Amino acid sequence: MADEVILLDFWASMFGIRVRIALAEKGVKYEYKEQDLFNKSPLLLRMNPVHKKIPVLIHNGKSVCESSIIVQYIDEVWKDKAPLLPYDPYQRAQARFWVDFIDKKMYDTSRKTWATKGEEQEAAKKEFIEVLKTLGGELGDKPFFGGDNFGYVDLCLIPYYCWFYSYETFGKFSVEAECPKFIAWVTRCLQRETVAKALPDEKKVFEFVSVLREKIRVE
Amino acid sequence: MSKGEVVLLDCWASPFCLRAKIALAEKGVEYEARAENLFGGKSDLLLKSNPIYKKVPVLLHDGKPMCESTIIVNYIDETWPSPPLLPSCAYERAKARFWADFIDKKVFDAVCNIWKSKGEVPETAKNEFIEILKQLEGALGEKDFFGGDSLGFVDVIAIPLTCWFYAVEKFGGFKVENECPKFSAWMNKCMQRDTVARILPDPEKVYEFVITLRNMFGIE
Repeated sequence: MADEVILLDFWASMFGIRVRIALAEKGVKYEYKEQDLFNKSPLLLRMNPVHKKIPVLIHNGKSVCESSIIVQYIDEVWKDKAPLLPYDPYQRAQARFWVDFIDKKMYDTSRKTWATKGEEQEAAKKEFIEVLKTLGGELGDKPFFGGDNFGYVDLCLIPYYCWFYSYETFGKFSVEAECPKFIAWVTRCLQRETVAKALPDEKKVFEFVSVLREKIRVE
Repeated sequence: MSKGEVVLLDCWASPFCLRAKIALAEKGVEYEARAENLFGGKSDLLLKSNPIYKKVPVLLHDGKPMCESTIIVNYIDETWPSPPLLPSCAYERAKARFWADFIDKKVFDAVCNIWKSKGEVPETAKNEFIEILKQLEGALGEKDFFGGDSLGFVDVIAIPLTCWFYAVEKFGGFKVENECPKFSAWMNKCMQRDTVARILPDPEKVYEFVITLRNMFGIE
């Protein structure tokens, strides 16, 4: 019996991109349903009544919410191909720690690089670079956070890359200048077809961020 | 059930440390709890084991450190599988992780918004706290525990926070029992479990600790 898999998502969401990459890594066929976040659909509100957010994975009618939880679910259900989390419980705890760190630190800090100005923006830039440097420290000399292979942490972090052009343009800084090793890791991830196909064009994201900035009246 | 040396860097009043202690007790794992003085000077071991956040709990298993209480409880469940805390079905596991994440995002902040209030606690803070408990009541449904018939992952994540509720009730001027009777009934069921009853500190002591914290932060 074929699985019915539906993804409620928004094209520019770094959280939705995580799920798209995970499904692609596992070769899972699914129906993508673009959501209007300014006018949420009854389906989204029914499937995620608690947070009312995307992404939501609907697997045979049952919804799974929160991107890192969805990715773990995908890894457990479609376990015969492309393992994302490590086998060893300690390594798994470390991978979960770093995804939790990314979830706690990347979004709010990165948002402030384009959504604020003046001193608040300067402070956000510094903090954002610090976060990338901390992640760079964890990566060390490994090709991926997962070691030799692309894994859970890589998958959860790389979607942010399509927003970097926006952070750098509005924040007036360069990630490559500040964290070259980080960009080297990005390049390796982008060589992966599942990643390259899932990330939207950074210029399109920039146009979207420009519209958002006007909506929240940053200038 | 020996499987190496287990050390927990701990603070008696921390609901996050209590999660790890209950999980270890449920699994029958012997461990050494080392009290950290969070205000007087954190130990070198803590600073080395958790350089990112410098917080408790930290679990060290054969010297290997792990941080963040929900991740620690997950690790304990995977390393000592019996009795299981997370369900065996992937979908139920995702649901359990969802509610653990909800609790992590919402409950302690709501608790702190109440006891950190200067003067009278705003109605919005009280209502937000009660609303969160009502959402958890919805998740509990008619079950005895979030885990079903017995204590599970979400119960272990949630129950330690309740020893701070007496303080919240005193400052907020309300009772959880009146506002959220189902939640209160769940709390009582958990407290009937030996592991929970002997590990959770006396809520009166937590209340005194909160008063100390308020004095430290200059809150009247």
